[in-house]
Amino acid sequence: MAIRLKKTDVVIVGLGAAGGIAALPLARAGLDVIGLEAGPWLNVRDFPSDEIRNDIRAWMSRNKFNKELPTHRLNASQTAGPPAIAIPMVNAVGGSSIHYGMESWRLTPFNFKTRSRTVQRYGAGALPPNSTVADWPISYAELEPYYDKVEYEIGVSGRAGNIRGKLDPRGNVLEGPRARAYPNPPLRRTGWTELMADTARRLGWKPYPGPASILSRTYRGQPACEYCGHCTFNGCHVNAKGSTFLNAIPHARKTKKLTVVTLARVTQVVVDRNGRATGVRYVRGSQEYFQPASVVMLGAYLYENVRLMLLSKSAAYPNGLSNNHGQVGKNYISHMYGGVDGVFPGRKLNRFGGPGAQRTSSDMWTDDQFDHTGLGFVGGGILDARMEAKPIGTGRTAPPNGPRWGAEWKEWLHKNANSIGGVGVQMESLPYEDNFLDLDPVAKDQYGQPVLRVTFDLHDQEKKRYEFLQEKSEQWVQEAGAAETWTTFPAFPIAVNSHAYGGARMGNDPETSVVDKWGMSHEVPNLAILGGAVFPTSGNKNPTQTIQALAWRTAKHVAKRFTSIVE
Amino acid sequence: MDTTERRGWSRRDLLRRAGVAGVVATLPAGVAISPAAAALEREQRETFTSTEAATVDAIVARLIPSEGSGAGAAEARVGRYIDLALNGELRSLQGFYSANLAALDEYATSMHGAAFSALPATKQDAVLAALETNMAAGFVPSSSAFFETIREHAIQGMFGDPYYGGNANFAGWDLISYPGIKLHLPAADQRLEATVQPVHKSTYDFAIFRPGGSDHGD
Repeated sequence: MAIRLKKTDVVIVGLGAAGGIAALPLARAGLDVIGLEAGPWLNVRDFPSDEIRNDIRAWMSRNKFNKELPTHRLNASQTAGPPAIAIPMVNAVGGSSIHYGMESWRLTPFNFKTRSRTVQRYGAGALPPNSTVADWPISYAELEPYYDKVEYEIGVSGRAGNIRGKLDPRGNVLEGPRARAYPNPPLRRTGWTELMADTARRLGWKPYPGPASILSRTYRGQPACEYCGHCTFNGCHVNAKGSTFLNAIPHARKTKKLTVVTLARVTQVVVDRNGRATGVRYVRGSQEYFQPASVVMLGAYLYENVRLMLLSKSAAYPNGLSNNHGQVGKNYISHMYGGVDGVFPGRKLNRFGGPGAQRTSSDMWTDDQFDHTGLGFVGGGILDARMEAKPIGTGRTAPPNGPRWGAEWKEWLHKNANSIGGVGVQMESLPYEDNFLDLDPVAKDQYGQPVLRVTFDLHDQEKKRYEFLQEKSEQWVQEAGAAETWTTFPAFPIAVNSHAYGGARMGNDPETSVVDKWGMSHEVPNLAILGGAVFPTSGNKNPTQTIQALAWRTAKHVAKRFTSIVE
Repeated sequence: MDTTERRGWSRRDLLRRAGVAGVVATLPAGVAISPAAAALEREQRETFTSTEAATVDAIVARLIPSEGSGAGAAEARVGRYIDLALNGELRSLQGFYSANLAALDEYATSMHGAAFSALPATKQDAVLAALETNMAAGFVPSSSAFFETIREHAIQGMFGDPYYGGNANFAGWDLISYPGIKLHLPAADQRLEATVQPVHKSTYDFAIFRPGGSDHGD
């Protein structure tokens, strides 16, 4: 029998990158907030520089995420099975903001209006007929103040390229205008980042130090990065990362309005006869609880948010929470990655060490920065030359025209391991009618609940965009001095991704979207949805900072309109 | 079963497997054999039978041979990494390994007349090449799947933290010029053409990551 707890103003499901940020404006507005987190608190001692534990075994995902992996199929005629690649999420206070690569970017003005800007310049025929690509119901300018709040809360390190229209070529001159500079200067520059910056300048590609939510200097009492080289898929052993368990969550707790409940696994959002959410059920240990709340906010990662909605069936929502228009799970997008590595013969590049976010970036081939006439695709991709080569990752390297094992390979690796450098690319991917999420009819998690099923494949535009951006990556690496180059990541549909979008997208029309422009459900008046699930389009940048800006904006809206939302 | 067999890997076995170069000769100059390596004779396998262990050692010794520059899988004790992992994190792959190691010996015997570990290196390489290109029958789900799995595990054992039983004496990290774990990395280490001296440290050499340790690196 579930224990019924005392009612709270807001219950947040998941205290990660999104829920952790949302807690702060809610608590500061004086609302009582309960944050339910499936994982425990972690600290510096949980973050060893251990590639096997972090990158390969995903220690921080072991108790939940790894046991409820979504299944994958390429199309609706197939039976889904385990995904070929799954990029894991963290279950802990702070969530995946503990272990992510910390590349902390804004989307550009174009990204909010991909459909209309494309149609305007190239005509409607430039978009594939089965793509459901839509403009966001908000603009970059509407989100800018929240990007700014997030950057100062988590302490982003970077160089502004456009402050209120004033351009600075040391930063990203192709970014949207910002109100002010980053709170911290860029991460330390290295031999490799400067070699690639000089090369990009020679090519006219406007390079800049990519922004990172890692402290380049002491900030509000938090220490600076030590450049240890085991950052991605790990937490920080000196607390220099902008993870929410180090900033927004403790700041919210200081108000005494946020209560954090760890090891609480939410199983259902409960609604009344009128279709209003009344709270959530969760399990802690072997005990079930019901937490009543005036507002329910879903802050888990996209897969769990969507799964929880589909699992929360009721008389008011027989096909799942907020799914009476059949839109939950639709418009799914997963980022596409590519990359080119090369050998710089005889050079010591010394790319071991540093976070991957210690990098040189170029926006030259993003969005609509170049003429797409005749290319057969819209949008583009962001190019990055990164640090943080790791030993096992390096050990997996083999040249394209040589053996992958044996004496000859070993000799090649020994000679070249410290001479390998490259460029990574991540690309816009469009939403399509036939890419979607639903519940798997067969596969279950450790508690007997269905896992999510991902139906997802690459389309023609994605393949063309990939080929185009691979050529640009190769050009950059070759111009920098690489003798031999190869593809590091093939054109491949990553079903389970840390850059996943859609499933509960934002829009003005309930027939084609799940939440309104504030992130509130069209159907359940007191349900807010956070995270990548609400993005109508992906853009090409890492999603976290946009997720956090939207979370702040949704929380602010809930606080401001609390009386009318709860009636 | 005599005591040598029960102990698993004897030092003599290791030296024999390492071939003419031998363990000591392939260690980088100035590196002492660590207590872990010296303790070889006190260790036992956790997962593999003696035959399976011999086969795995023979496979990884061809994937990352001891010949040429730097040490190989034998000196780095990659087989031990796989043995330990299969009794821990990779427990679900125990059946996969036993079935395919048996299939490998059957295939080797049918093609070359002897179990894999008893074949000369050139024939072992031919067998592994057949697995890699999925030309060998009798494997589950396929010979290339088994090849890719053991190659990946060999790389993990060679280049992962020595805590897990491989990368003995930092042989894997020395092979690729990875200096070892530094919790604070100076700017000089990130300059082009800088020669970075190896520190030969595991992440668990730092008190912060050890039981009862402090919250700060040392």
